[in-house]
Amino acid sequence: MKPLEAIRIAWEAILKNKVRSLLTMLGIIIGVAAVIIMVAISAGTEATIQDQITSLGSNLVFVQGAMTRGGPGQAPTGGLVYDDAAAIQDGVSGVKAVVVEQNSSETVKAGDVTLEDVEILGTTTGFPSVRDMDISEGRYFTEQEIERKTKVAILGYDVAQELFGDASPVGEYIKVGNTQIAIIGVFKEKGLVGNTDFDSRIYMPISVVFQKFTPSMFARFMGDSVRMIYVEVEDGVNQDTVIAGIERLLVKRHDVTTDTEDFTITTQQDIISTRESTTAAFRSLLAWVAGVSLIVGGIGIMNIMLVSVTERTREIGIRQAVGATPADIRLQFLTEALMLSVVGGLIGTLVGISGAYIFGALSDMRTVIQASSILLAFGSAAAVGAFFGYYPANQAAQLDPIEALRYE
Amino acid sequence: MSATIIETVDITKIYGMGDISVAALNGINLKIEAGEFVAIMGPSGSGKSTLMHILGCLSQPSSGQYILDGEDVSHLDKAQLAAVRNRKIGFIFQAYNLLARTSALRNVTLPLLYNHVDAKLSVEDGDQKARAMLELVGLGERVNHQPHELSGGQQQRVAIARALINDPVMVIADEPTGNLDSRSGEEIMNLLHKLHGQGTTIVMVTHDPKIATHTQRTIVLKDGVIDTINHNGQHHPAAEVQHEAA
Repeated sequence: MKPLEAIRIAWEAILKNKVRSLLTMLGIIIGVAAVIIMVAISAGTEATIQDQITSLGSNLVFVQGAMTRGGPGQAPTGGLVYDDAAAIQDGVSGVKAVVVEQNSSETVKAGDVTLEDVEILGTTTGFPSVRDMDISEGRYFTEQEIERKTKVAILGYDVAQELFGDASPVGEYIKVGNTQIAIIGVFKEKGLVGNTDFDSRIYMPISVVFQKFTPSMFARFMGDSVRMIYVEVEDGVNQDTVIAGIERLLVKRHDVTTDTEDFTITTQQDIISTRESTTAAFRSLLAWVAGVSLIVGGIGIMNIMLVSVTERTREIGIRQAVGATPADIRLQFLTEALMLSVVGGLIGTLVGISGAYIFGALSDMRTVIQASSILLAFGSAAAVGAFFGYYPANQAAQLDPIEALRYE
Repeated sequence: MSATIIETVDITKIYGMGDISVAALNGINLKIEAGEFVAIMGPSGSGKSTLMHILGCLSQPSSGQYILDGEDVSHLDKAQLAAVRNRKIGFIFQAYNLLARTSALRNVTLPLLYNHVDAKLSVEDGDQKARAMLELVGLGERVNHQPHELSGGQQQRVAIARALINDPVMVIADEPTGNLDSRSGEEIMNLLHKLHGQGTTIVMVTHDPKIATHTQRTIVLKDGVIDTINHNGQHHPAAEVQHEAA
């Protein structure tokens, strides 16, 4: 039998049972569409993260404190302290700006509205420019306000909305923990960058946070500990040289060795890589889930093909009587299984592409349709058809012509 | 000069194994010449179906030799047997065995699909040949009808056209009138006579003595062996109605 004839016969067989064929293909359709849509979503997420991170500039170095637990009777040593920041600014060349962050979580009240567990971020004057935040209303705090521990705050966009709605918060007072704080400004909407929601925080002079929210009995001897120091590297200066400089300085200041460092230094690039590997893992998980549904679809095809072989036993007998060889019969049923999966794959691709497009248009998630995912999904669908079609086709080919002709 | 189409030498067919084995055929020696019209008769269990299956290359003898059209087909594998069926044998079944929801034309061209030898025959030529065959059996007007739109007699004529499409060396008819009323049955027998008149070798299995008298020779099987062979005379079935019982 010529392959073209096999395709024609298979097509006719599929058309003779339209509803059943469609239901059989449904597993493959869903599987293929799922692969395409899920890969499009994760690729879109990845692209969004990439954009956000690169918009921050790639010349930031993050120094994070890594607390080491002290032994009995010993203070927990290490971590970064506020004075480290000034030391880096003065002692390492190639540094453009240094920003310090310390955070706490507090209950915030404004009039009748109470918000639990709001992140309070104490920071310094360089913060808006280093983290690319713009004031929409009011102003940012000054160097002087940090020195004097003035109780002022700038609200993130979402916090402002939740506490004051559309009314202007500037000039109002809120209660953070037990402390009365004056609002002097509101940030523009920024959104989620990585895991950090810049809009749901309250920003204050770092000195206020030290005094009111993260007081430490050791601060007197060791300085106020901070969560993070951002170091902006001067343009044209090698980032690695600056990192090495910071490391040398901090090892000396903290009296540790390079093996017992109580801080970690990462760069924007490190964070991008981490993100990428997380989303890649996420993406392959989704692909596996979708792959499982393809296999389920394949089992559906095998099931229907087995039913079909039984139903058409007499037809097989007739074909054998007029000269169809086992190979002819096998080819016929294998082609039919393949066609079910390929047509299912085509429909699934259309559903997947339009689904990803519609999903991207209707939700605020970005979707990026990947050509590779279409090829992968379509190829797997065909492979599934061939794999799960072989057994029923072989069953058909092995039928005895006399038995098959007698079948009622 | 007539060539031998069928020659069997001591054919046996044994079903089952060991102690419970049953011999359906127990040494059949048979010769059928080209152009003959032969009936195979016998009560049920006599082995006539088994013999027909072997002669039709649908199964193989347990022992003995079967030479079809000069070719020993006793030891061919499934695929080779299928090819022999395709090239040399046309089947007519009691139940017509047409493909449902398939036009008469496509039913007739079915054997062409599996013709690996004359694969050079194009679809158009094949269709033309099938139309000619349908014309021959008197269904030239019904090429696009599906089996359910045809009467039993018409369906059987489609089956006959299908049997002839690959120019077989013989046609095997298994109770060809068994499902038909007497008038349609008569039409089918007339058609078989017409084909026989044109030189087609026909082997017909039947249990109806009246139908068997249409043929030149009746081979009667009993308990897996040939019981009697009756010569029914030549081309004058009407004269043979008074055929004497064996």
